[in-house]
Amino acid sequence: MESKKTFGLVVAALAIVLVVVWFLAQKKTDEASVSETKIGFVYVGPIGDHGWTFQHDRARLEVEKALGSQVKTTFVESVKEGPDSERVITKLASTGHQLIFTTSFGFMNPTLKAAKKFENVKFDHATGYKQAENVGTYSARFYEGRYIAGVIAGKVSKTNKIGYVASFPIPEVVRGINAFMLGARSVNPKMSISVVWVNSWYDPGKEGDAAKALIDQGADIITQHTDSPAPLQVAENRGVKGFGQASDMIKFAPKAQLSAIVNNWGAYYVERTKAMMNGSWKSQDVWYGLKEGMVEMAPYTNMPDDVAALANKTEENIRNGNLHPFTGPIKDQSGKIVVEAGKVAEAGMLLGMNFYVEGVQGSLPK
Amino acid sequence: MDVVAIVLTIITASTPLLLAATGELITEKSGVLNLGVEGMMLIGAITAFAITTITDSAVLGVLAGAAASTSLAFVFGVLVLIFLANQVATGLALTIFGIGLSALVGTGFVGIALEPLPKLDLGLLSAMPVIGEILFGQDFLVYLSFFMVVLVAYFLSKTRLGLILRAVGESHDSAHALGYPVLLVRFLAILFGGFMCGLAGSYLSLAYTPLWAENMTAGRGWIAVALVVFGTWRAVRVALGAYLFGTITILQLHVQGWGLEIASQFMSMLPYLATIAVLVLISRDGAKIRLNAPQSIGKVFTPSR
Repeated sequence: MESKKTFGLVVAALAIVLVVVWFLAQKKTDEASVSETKIGFVYVGPIGDHGWTFQHDRARLEVEKALGSQVKTTFVESVKEGPDSERVITKLASTGHQLIFTTSFGFMNPTLKAAKKFENVKFDHATGYKQAENVGTYSARFYEGRYIAGVIAGKVSKTNKIGYVASFPIPEVVRGINAFMLGARSVNPKMSISVVWVNSWYDPGKEGDAAKALIDQGADIITQHTDSPAPLQVAENRGVKGFGQASDMIKFAPKAQLSAIVNNWGAYYVERTKAMMNGSWKSQDVWYGLKEGMVEMAPYTNMPDDVAALANKTEENIRNGNLHPFTGPIKDQSGKIVVEAGKVAEAGMLLGMNFYVEGVQGSLPK
Repeated sequence: MDVVAIVLTIITASTPLLLAATGELITEKSGVLNLGVEGMMLIGAITAFAITTITDSAVLGVLAGAAASTSLAFVFGVLVLIFLANQVATGLALTIFGIGLSALVGTGFVGIALEPLPKLDLGLLSAMPVIGEILFGQDFLVYLSFFMVVLVAYFLSKTRLGLILRAVGESHDSAHALGYPVLLVRFLAILFGGFMCGLAGSYLSLAYTPLWAENMTAGRGWIAVALVVFGTWRAVRVALGAYLFGTITILQLHVQGWGLEIASQFMSMLPYLATIAVLVLISRDGAKIRLNAPQSIGKVFTPSR
């Protein structure tokens, strides 16, 4: 009985504290909304992942820097994809945020639902494919960067074998693997890729172990589509080369990082925020790449000058539109031509990519 | 294919599980279920990483990691033994708290790289092919993890103190009636569990993947808890389970690299399946499991009764 009483008291005390905190928070947000434009960000992971979410938060800070006291940004990190995210998005919309960036694929439907309830609030959703009057979508052509990385790997590798640490077999990841392969084979037709799926976006230990396994099997280039710097760090310790993912990871691998495909959302976030403030914000669907600066390459390091020059030239060609990574002839694993010579893969094939190109080992998990 | 390389990777993958599970084994044998392993490991990991970065001394880092995790265990001990809080709920809270606190402390340490923990170098002995690398070329936490298994196995089955610990876990009322200090024994067992989790966390952030990233344990603490149960509370079986789990985790990555036609999702599941299957098979004797399982586990003890 005694403990039940104590429990009741504790609950009551907690409830009072919560109410007070909520009240104070409410008051604060009301005051803020008078003078500033409030921008909300919803993240799928922790800011400290040094990968995907880390880069989105960096972009948020750029918005604050560019617009100073005119804006106030709020972020919520580690939000689970699915129903719970709707609660978070709704909360942001109902507390005076006028533009909300939802930065993961799984926030798509919750964003649309919240958008219906708050018609005056604008939403920008990353990597999704559904738009509405007040919901725009944006994504980046990371495969452009992967193609350049492939070109570098094709020139630098001695064993002709690339180790690829992959997360989940979804089109985005498969597209990256294929772009890398096409890039590598464009300079060295003997190149092959071994893929290890770790079935996680984020498990430093397992990602590192996968890299070790691939190196033990003869890969001398490690690249990854998972979020932690662990695979690159393994490459550094084992004396092979690799590429950073999402952000420049040179600090983890000063001797091993050849380059990194850097996600740069800053310019886009600033542009959209300004558009919202001057009333020109419109729903749109953009897929930006090197040209628009949403994808950037970290400095080309740890490679001979001629390879760096070739990488720069490839980057330039993609940027000015002279080169599309998915230009035919492209063969699938069985040798069948899927994109005719001289033609460029259609958007539908790119968006729904579900096959390996020639040179990738093993079969794609379905 | 390089067997030595594979074995070396298996050792690094298994060591954190082994360290944490050995600690949790002692805690559970005393009749306390601490589900805070994951949280304590994370606190150990960030503290070890931070102190090593600041002082440049891995030894200080490991000690600090173990100390930080032990102090978290201390809080757990106070809550469940003195304030009689529910062990399951408190353990879960400890994990959630550990995840959050380690992330907060770790904000300043994201993006910093460390040299991995130094390996033992016995000159010629370590330079020997195959055996040298595997037996004499590890870092000190790996040796410590083996030493601890032997120590714990010996302690539990061959020493008087081990007998008292088991008695406390078996029936705290009887142990209390016999005059054993139930709360003290449990407190020490909880602290030991925290200490080992700290070592496991330190191993993660200093040797396994020498970096700090939020939530880098990625569920290893929970696997350690499960290993204790599936190892039927026997030190050697728990160690076997840890290595089995590590081995299959690594092998499935190699198999994928070889390009065998097995679904990678299935392969990812395999370590869990196989470890459970094997441990259930070797300890399928129900009577013996009941003998090994601490009967008072999770139960609240009030000396006044």
